[in-house]
Amino acid sequence: MPSSSSSSAPTPAAPSKMYADDVSVVVVLLDANPFFWSSAASPLPFSSFLSHVLPFLNSVLLMNQMNQLVVIATGRNYCDYIYDSSAPTNRKTGNGKMTALSCDLVAKLEEFVVKDEKLGKGESNGAVMSSLLSGSLSMALCFIQRIFRSGTFHPHPRILCLHGSPDGPEQYVAIMNAIFSAQRSMVPIDSCYIGALNSAFLQQASYITGGVYLKPQLMDGLLQYLTTVFATDLHSRAFLQLPKSVGVDFRASCFCHKKTIDMGYICSVCISIFCKHHKKCLTCGSVFGQAQSDAASETNKRKTIRT
Amino acid sequence: MASGEVIKRAKYKTSVKDPGTPGVLKMTWDKLVLVPNNPNSAMKLDVSFKSIKGYKNTKEGSNKPPWLNLSNNQGGSYIFEFDSYSDMHVCRDFVGKALGRSGDAPAVASGRSDVILPDERISTSEMELRIKLLRENRELQALHKQLVIGGILTEAEFWATRTKLLEKESSKKSKQRPGFKSAMISDIKPSTDGLTNKVTFNLTPEIILQIFAERPAVHAAFLTRVPSKMTEKDFWTKYFKAEYIHSTRNAIAAAAEAAEDEDLAIFLKNDDILAKEARQKIRQVDPTVNMEADIGDDYTHLPDHGFFLDDGKEASESQYEQYRRTLAHDINHHAAVVLEGRVLEMDLDDTRTIAEALAKSKRADVGNGDSDRNFNQGTIARVSRLTEIEGLQALNGPPVAPLCIKDPRDYFDSQVNALEVLGDQSSGAERSKCPLSSKDAYGSLRDCISKIKAKGIHEPVIKPKDALQVFNALTHDISRTKYGAGENRQQSVLDKLPVETKGQLLQHWTSIQELLRHFWSSYPISSSYLYAKVTRLKDAMSQIYPQLEEIKKSVPAKHKQHVSVLVRQMHQALDAAFQHYDVDMQKRSAASGERPNGYV
Repeated sequence: MPSSSSSSAPTPAAPSKMYADDVSVVVVLLDANPFFWSSAASPLPFSSFLSHVLPFLNSVLLMNQMNQLVVIATGRNYCDYIYDSSAPTNRKTGNGKMTALSCDLVAKLEEFVVKDEKLGKGESNGAVMSSLLSGSLSMALCFIQRIFRSGTFHPHPRILCLHGSPDGPEQYVAIMNAIFSAQRSMVPIDSCYIGALNSAFLQQASYITGGVYLKPQLMDGLLQYLTTVFATDLHSRAFLQLPKSVGVDFRASCFCHKKTIDMGYICSVCISIFCKHHKKCLTCGSVFGQAQSDAASETNKRKTIRT
Repeated sequence: MASGEVIKRAKYKTSVKDPGTPGVLKMTWDKLVLVPNNPNSAMKLDVSFKSIKGYKNTKEGSNKPPWLNLSNNQGGSYIFEFDSYSDMHVCRDFVGKALGRSGDAPAVASGRSDVILPDERISTSEMELRIKLLRENRELQALHKQLVIGGILTEAEFWATRTKLLEKESSKKSKQRPGFKSAMISDIKPSTDGLTNKVTFNLTPEIILQIFAERPAVHAAFLTRVPSKMTEKDFWTKYFKAEYIHSTRNAIAAAAEAAEDEDLAIFLKNDDILAKEARQKIRQVDPTVNMEADIGDDYTHLPDHGFFLDDGKEASESQYEQYRRTLAHDINHHAAVVLEGRVLEMDLDDTRTIAEALAKSKRADVGNGDSDRNFNQGTIARVSRLTEIEGLQALNGPPVAPLCIKDPRDYFDSQVNALEVLGDQSSGAERSKCPLSSKDAYGSLRDCISKIKAKGIHEPVIKPKDALQVFNALTHDISRTKYGAGENRQQSVLDKLPVETKGQLLQHWTSIQELLRHFWSSYPISSSYLYAKVTRLKDAMSQIYPQLEEIKKSVPAKHKQHVSVLVRQMHQALDAAFQHYDVDMQKRSAASGERPNGYV
């Protein structure tokens, strides 16, 4: 539904006007799911992970004075902004051991984890739970929309997902909605997935939005992966050869039970996916099969009898 | 020509490419004999007319030498090259009579289907195409040699399946029409002899055509005045006189001359017909303007910001305006005519015919063009379409009903149910277990963070050798997906074989294909001709069979497997054909077995 808040704002679907080619606005989604990081599924401890990611974030800001960086943490029950490079409250200098960015980020991250724990119900049934990817994706997209509607010149934003937790099929619908809205706004979603097996959601996200999906093999060289593949701005990607995904896992989850399915039933009106036959679509309420015409003829009969 | 024999010198060729054995051709009513000049040559020919069933010859007037091609019952052909066309015609007539005399009309004797019959009178162009194809395509030549010259197939049969090739060849012949010269006709320079004051213009029909095409007024004048009012010579004299006056660029003198001589006036004034055409073209220009700004509208980067500084125009008097010709106008019009191209394709001999033909073609053009009315309607429609600017329009309601979620609660309720269901199932045993409780998990995460806060980032973050390894792995992956994906990197099996084996196999394969094609198309056998053909083909195929075996044996051991696979496929194809043949023979003999005494 296009609507413009101000007369000078571009329509949401149009690409923004860049004032310089190689400026980037990156929204990084950092996975802070404690169950994943403390389980055997994580290939490296969280501290090592942070020690690779923080220099990468610093180098992104180093590449161009105008680059903007926003980091959103994805927790188990909660998502929040933990760093915004354009915020005036950032500290100016580091504390000798770490840069200003790292200090700020780490401090905020700590607060975030505390809050996340508080919001949780404390359950743990042994399975590694998924993190709230749909929530952080939605937050990122809202932030990007704010940039679009700000009316000022800005480079085209992109989303980088540093994720490791497995997919939660219950988030399928929300994630797909976020992916399609990113596609419409032409925001590429890059993903660096460090979990055990490939993530179908992130593969689909990168495929549909035109981003890069990477599953690094050598965890010791994570920083090298990040700087080689994800550090460049969108304009320069036209000249670079970035890793291409050879196959994408397109499996969906059914809308009724959130099971991952390969074959199912689809509503022809709203394209919702169901694992078993329903009489009525749960999403849009359209009736499947002959029921509609029977109902119509019934009412006709009733009318004629009355008259 | 009443004599019963013809003796002519001729060269006998077994095929089109054969240089030919010179000799003397002697034809009587029932046979023809060729005695070669060289007594040692083995090409002596003695053929009865009974076995000749048709003849073809090259056409006089083409570039081909005079050939007479006699085709016989078995599908072979004898080509005789004569010294002159008249010789060839004599022989040809004689052959025709001889064939008629022997009682077998060419059509009946062969028992061929009608499709093949017209082919006997094959045109020279067709013959040329065939020769050209054979010359260019080595494989085709080899196949042709093997099959047709070997007597297995006839020419007609061979080429019957290749009509597409022939068509392609013929369409390759350039059908370009030469157009007008781009040098302007005002550059026609006369020649002078230094003695007298005369200049001589040489007019060829080409030049005349170009003059008529570019100056429609001259054309019209020619049609009306010549030859009724003046001779052609006078016409052109006046024309060139007018050209001379124009070249002096003296409009006043032009006006004076025009006032004196009415005929000259036509050449001196501006071309009326041209002016009318130009006005009509202007009317057809699209009045709409595309308001969308693009790179061409960026005037800020042009020098002078897009303003063109004009030289002042000379003041001119209107009465002389029509005698003034501008170079720009001339060049533009000339270019337009040249680009339009020439539409006449006829022999240009006479000026009168040129003029009339041009007039006719122009009339045809005008008749075909759009009438003004249709054009206007088209413009109006286009104009009305193009003036819609999105932002200036009133908002239309959506053309389709919006998708609405009937009851949002249904959707969210289903989500809630899903969550409850999910609690019991965990999809995939792939998920590893987290041994810690949530409190511990959060605790460990907090510990990590505080560790980093205290110690800072571990230095060095990444070791050089790890970085190098990552680089290499990434490069390898990227180049693999870029260059290798979807390609079969294996070399073809055939390439690994030694060259002669490969050549032999391929040649056998093509000939088998050809033979099988003809074989299967001959069934069901409906005439004796087809029967003979099938027998021929079967014999040829039986010959190839052992040759394949030999190839298989001769190949070195490392390729034996591949070759045997290939050869086996060919054998299977041949076996299927043989089987069909045997079955058919049995049926025939069973059917005809009812006849006593072995009648077939």
